[in-house]
This record gives sequence, structure tokens and C-alpha cells, in this order.
Amino acid sequence: MSGWRTRLPAVTGHRLFWPVVVLVLLVAANAIYRPSFLTVEIKNGHLYGSLVDIVRLSAPLILVALGMTLVIATGGIDLSVGSVVAVSGAVACLHISRQPDQNSLGGVLVALAMAFGVSLLLGLWNGTLVAVIGIQPIIATLILMVAGRGLAQLITSGQIITINSDPYRMIGVGHVLTLPFAIVLALAVTLLVAVLTRRTALGMIVEAVGGNAEASRLAGIRARRITLLAYVVSAACAAVAGFMMTANVSSADGNAAGLWVELDAILAVVIGGTSLAGGRFYLGGTIVGALLIQTLTTSVYAMNIDPQTALLFKAMVVIAVCLVQAPAFRAKFRRRRATTGGPTAPTGEQRKEQVAA
Amino acid sequence: MSDTNPVLTMTAISKFFPGVRALDGVDLRLFPGEVHALMGENGAGKSTLIKVLTGVYGHDSGSITLGGETVSFSGPMQATEAGVSTVYQEVNLCPNLSVAENIFIGRQPRRLGAVRWRDMRRRASAVLARLNPDLDVGELLGNQSLAVQQMVAIARAVDVRARVLILDEPTSSLDTDEVKQLMRIMRQLRDEGIAIVFVTHFLDQVYEIADRITVLRNGRLVGEYPTAELPQLALVEKMIGKDLDALERLDEQAGRDLAAVETGTPVVEATGLGRSGSVEPFSLTIHRGEVVGMAGLLGSGRTEAARLFFGADRADHGRLAVDGRPVTIRGPVAAIEHDIAFCSENRRTEGLVGELSVRENIILALQAARGWLRPVPRRRQDELVRRYIDALSIRPADPEMPVRNLSGGNQQKVVLARWLITEPRLLILDEPTRGIDVGAKAEIQRLVVQLSDGGMAVLFISAELEEVLRLSHKVAVMRDRQLVTELANDDDLDADRVMRVIAGGAEQKDGTRQ
Repeated sequence: MSGWRTRLPAVTGHRLFWPVVVLVLLVAANAIYRPSFLTVEIKNGHLYGSLVDIVRLSAPLILVALGMTLVIATGGIDLSVGSVVAVSGAVACLHISRQPDQNSLGGVLVALAMAFGVSLLLGLWNGTLVAVIGIQPIIATLILMVAGRGLAQLITSGQIITINSDPYRMIGVGHVLTLPFAIVLALAVTLLVAVLTRRTALGMIVEAVGGNAEASRLAGIRARRITLLAYVVSAACAAVAGFMMTANVSSADGNAAGLWVELDAILAVVIGGTSLAGGRFYLGGTIVGALLIQTLTTSVYAMNIDPQTALLFKAMVVIAVCLVQAPAFRAKFRRRRATTGGPTAPTGEQRKEQVAA
Repeated sequence: MSDTNPVLTMTAISKFFPGVRALDGVDLRLFPGEVHALMGENGAGKSTLIKVLTGVYGHDSGSITLGGETVSFSGPMQATEAGVSTVYQEVNLCPNLSVAENIFIGRQPRRLGAVRWRDMRRRASAVLARLNPDLDVGELLGNQSLAVQQMVAIARAVDVRARVLILDEPTSSLDTDEVKQLMRIMRQLRDEGIAIVFVTHFLDQVYEIADRITVLRNGRLVGEYPTAELPQLALVEKMIGKDLDALERLDEQAGRDLAAVETGTPVVEATGLGRSGSVEPFSLTIHRGEVVGMAGLLGSGRTEAARLFFGADRADHGRLAVDGRPVTIRGPVAAIEHDIAFCSENRRTEGLVGELSVRENIILALQAARGWLRPVPRRRQDELVRRYIDALSIRPADPEMPVRNLSGGNQQKVVLARWLITEPRLLILDEPTRGIDVGAKAEIQRLVVQLSDGGMAVLFISAELEEVLRLSHKVAVMRDRQLVTELANDDDLDADRVMRVIAGGAEQKDGTRQ
């Protein structure tokens, strides 16, 4: 009786099982369509290949989604990340474009610091609206989602700012030790967020606040501060994503930069197994989710699927992943299939809890 | 009224939930034109009985007849249509809609699918005219006082040829004037021949308006009595019952010597502490090693008073001193800094984070006090958690189990463990033994004695008098949101005497009755 029969449900029941399966399937489909898809080679000391490209292009989404994970864990949501991407890119590019020498590393660093600072303020604004004033997160961040685009336009005077700065370009397309710099940066930020949440008590406290805010308050947690911090971290992550996206194209477009990235980020978080209701969060899951979404986007283009139907295709895959992950959907499916044996879903304990409620 | 036939009878109703017998052969008779009080402590089965009556729950045995016919409602909608309407404690109407819309929501007069607004407003005015003539039915419900909202809920309920009206704790959030208004409406409806079931915790209101009283305890019927024949003290006795449980008797006298503990500066001293609309100003001292019991019926202000010590609610009157030094407690964080701990009566909503593990729930308060930047080292966590799982025998003894999977008693121990590792000097326990099995109950009581012997000050709130008397050095009695008296727990003090005070008998200075 032991062996794979008992271990199998443990694997298929893991919250990342289906996202990983779909990810593998997508990669396989690409490989069948174009066998060179799987090839990874080193040219001029740099790592090249479609897979590497996918990871490189996922980097900004991974960053945004990491911040989003923390916000969602507190029971909130941050719709403004796309606008923060645009603002941070605009501030950085504007400052660089005004430099006499756009290639000066010092100038670029100052530009990054300025943009990062502005983004932190935007995060503080979101956090204040949500945690101090008590506006519903979706509305509070909608304000900046809309206003932030205007702010970005204001900074760029409605123009697309083009720059020619090698140090800045580096963030988007450069390489470090054969790896694309964007991947290294995304890895570094992931590591930072992981250490920040899991090596300190921040992660658990965020989960406590998201899981039961009143119980957390009565346990002496300053829930407001924690919520505020989550929005600041989210904006900080979006700022770095903004550098990457604008560096990729060496220009800042207040309208287009980071457009709809908030939706992809929310999807990545949900696919990764973090509940929109708040509580437990999974950084690893978020990264798998982000990779899945970027692979999907890349596949759509690589397979020459009609761009007009591309979004529909993407939506269908996402719906399928979310459904197959949902315990309610799986339970329904299982009930129809298996009439014998199987673990009975709701335990007496849970029912008792409901009665007591 | 007994010469007419009852409009509604419930006979030998039983209702089981998995592992719980919520109702066991309960009868209820309602006559037209009477106010019938349904009384019982928390968990007595009042709400279950009402939910069975209105079809929210089915019943496992027994029968219900309405107007002589056997009925069994499939849900509140059907019950309402048959003339049995309910108004719940929390007014569940839509504050963002107008008064008229609220009265007719779900059954708006229509023509060809479109709502006939004018008709609706006219009919709403007509309905309300019976209760409160000067209310504009076009106004938003949310702009009205709670009492008016309650009235609208009642108007909605009685509009549909109601024969039975159930009022589930309608007065608990009303002030004195609003209660008077409600009473007037109840009398009016009664005179129109409606049978009213009145569920409340306020004894005075029962004696002011109820014609008869049905008392439940632990899911069983204690009896049905005409109000005039049941003195207040007897009612309380029947509600609380004599606690004849199998708990081993703790050594009552040895450690419970009030004079011995009431020495030196009190750990906490409240002077005129109060909060408007929640609890009247009161004074209370708690010394090192002292257990202060707080007794009173549900809704008497026990919990509200305890929350002020912890800053769970902010006091707007009076002063609080810790070790003789005045302190301002703005919130739980400040209270914890002064080594005060609070176990809420609502484990699920105010105590635990169900999704997190036993370990995480236990270290939560300690971690919060240290701040997130200084995590409790994992080895220390494991050691602390292991120690308290053993000391309090939390089962299953798995620190990584999500706490929501534990039974009520074990969950309670987890909350206790959370506070014990912070080493508080004042531990506030609000109904720590409610809804847990006898074994766990005895363990928690033993623990309280142990802790106080070790020097901890404890504020112990419980609806069970035997328990309060067994543990406390002195008993503070609450009634109608006031601390009415403090009783030293000496040889003379017994459950009867405390009950008499709770019921508002001899030891009370008169004048609080309306």
C-alpha cells in the first residue's frame, strides 16, 4: 500500500503541482513547435537562448509580483504598481537625459536614487490611505493607478524620453558573469525579500495580520504599521521593475510603461497559491506564477498565434490553472470520479467549528 | 390568555449537531397577544430553538404547529410568509437604502417587472404610521438612529400578516429612551394580537413587559412560568442552575485568603474607569497573587470592563494605575508593555489566527513585543512551545499543526500559552472555560490557582458561579453595565448570595430599576 500510491496525492495535492505541470507543458509545446527552443548556449561569454530570454523578460514581473504578494498577504491589493513603474522609469530617465554625460555612472546612480525615493513616497501614500485613513485597498490604490499615469506624463511633459546611457541600459540588457543582469537583479531582490520576511518575524506577522487583524491587534501587533510597510515594499519593488522596463528600451513612456502589469502580478500571486483573502503567502509560488505568465506571453508570440486572439488564449490558460488549483473545483471533480474510498473532505472538527460560530 | 388556543406550539424539539446535543426535547407555547420571554445563559439553546422555528435549521425530532396545523419551514422566507417573522440583534437591513426600500426589499410591488416606487412609498408610510408617524420613508436608513432602524426592521417583519414576532436581543445596543420606545411598540403589537418572543439578557426588561417566561439550560427545557409567579432570584437560579459537575473540588480555603493577598500596592488599580455606552465607571483593585472573579449575566458589562484594562477599547473616564503609578493605556501594545495580558472570550475571532500553526500562535505576542526585526530564535521558539505544550497538555502535541484544527479546549490553552510566555503580571481571562470539555476545564482552573500562588494577578470572568467562587479571592458583580458590588470570598459567600446580587436583590442599593 505504501510507495507511489500514498505519495502521489502528496505530490499532486501540492499547491504548486498544477502550475508547474502547465509550465512544463508550455515549454514542451514550444519545443515541439520549434526544437531550438530548448537550446541554451554561451556566445561571447553570455548565456543565450529562448529559455534565458523568458526568465530575463519575467524579471520585472517577478519583482512587481513579490511586492504584490506581501500586500495581498495583509488582505489588501495594490493596483497602482503599473503607475509606480511608469513614474520611477520617468523620473530616472528624465534625470539621466538632463545629464551632460549620460554615461556617467554617478549621474545614473543619483537618478536611480531619486526615482527610488519618489516611489517609496508613493508607497507611503498608498499605505497611509489604506492603513491610517482606512480606505478599502482596491479603491485607495486605484487612485494612484489613475493619478500615477498622469504624474508620469507630467514628469515627461507628455513626451517619450529617450536616453542613451550605457550604465542604465545595463539594468535591462547587460550581463554579469554570463547571466543577464536583469535575472541577477531579480534574484537579488527575491533573496532580499525572502530574507526580510522569513529571516525576521515580518513574514509571520504579515500572515497574522492578514489572517486575523483583530486577533493580531489584541496580541500587541501594530497592524497598521505592518500594512503600511507592505505597500512601501510593493512600491519599492515596482520601482526597480520600472528601471528594468525602461532600461530595456532606453526610453520612458509614461503611458505604456508597466501598463496592466498589476493584473499579471495579481495573477502570478494567485497562481502561486497565496489567497486573495490574505494570510499565508508563498514567495516561491509567486515566482513560478510569474514565470508561467511570461512563458505564456512568449509562447503566444513565438507560435504566431493571431495577436487578436492572444489575450483570449492567455486568459483561458490562466482560468484553467486557477480552476484546477481550487480545492472546491477539485473536490467536485473527485466526487464525480471516485465513488469509493478516498479521504472524506470536511472533518467533524470543521463542522463543529461551524456550529460553534 | 390561557383560555384561547396557542397560536404556535413547539413540542419535544430535539436538534443534534455532530457531537453536540443542542436541543433536547424542548417545548415552547405562544399565545396570541402575549410577550413571551425566552431566557437562558449563553449556549442554553435559545438561538438554536429560534433557528429551528424559523426553518434555518431542521429539527431531528418533535413537531411544530402554527394555528393548529403542523408546519416545517424550509427557511426564514417561508416562515415569514406563514406569519413567523424574526428581527435579529444586529439589524440586518441595508443602511444604504431608503426606509421604504428596506421594508419592501425582496418583495417590492411591481408592474411588468418594474418597481412601482410611488406605491411602495405609500404602503411603507402606511405600515410605519402604526409605529412611528413622523418618519420620512424616503430617508436613508443609515441616517437613522439604531432604535429607528430596529423599528423599521420590526415594521418589515409585521407587515406580512405576522402572527408571531421574534425579537432576538433587540435592546442590547439601545439606550434607555430607545428601549422605552421599543417597549411601547411591543405593547402595541401585543394588543393587536401578535405573539412576541422576546430574547434578552436584561432582567428588568423581562419583568417590565413579559407575560410569561420559558427558561432553557444546556439545551433542555427548565420550565414555563407566568412572570408574576417567578421572582427574579428564582429566574436567575433556573438560568444558571446549580453547578453539579464532576469537577474535583480545588482547595478553596487554603489559597483564597483575601486579607493575605490584599497587601501592599495593587498591581492594577482602576479608579472610576468607564466607557460611554459600554460600561459605567467602576473602581477595582487587583493585587499580586490575587484572583478577582467577575460575575454577572451575559451582557452585564463583564467583558467590556475587562477590555478597558487591556486597552482593547479605550476608556473615556477614570484612571488606571499600575504599581501605584498612573498610566495611560491607549491600546494593547501599551498594556502589554505594562505586563498585562488578555484572553478574549471569542477565541476564534479575537484570539487565534486559525491559519497559523500552534507554534506561531503561541509566540505571536512575545514576537510582537520584540518587534519584527528581532525574531525569537527558532530554537528558543521550539523550546518555549514544547514546554507549554507539555505544561498545558495541548493535544495533538504537534507545534506545526494549524491551530484551527484543534478542539476548543486546546485552542484555549494555546491562547493561554501565548500570554504565559510573555510572563504577565496581570492575566485577564474572559470566559476561559466556556465551550470546552470538563477535563480541560479542570486543568485551566488548576492552572489559575497555580499562577496566582506564584504571584500573578488574575481577573477571572465567568458565567459559572461555582467556578468563580472556587478560584477567586473576591468577586466583583456586574449588572446592567455597572459594577454593583464587591464581595469578599469568605466562608459565608455562596452561589445563592452572589445570585441574589446578580438578580438585584437585598445587597443592592436601590434606585437602578427603571
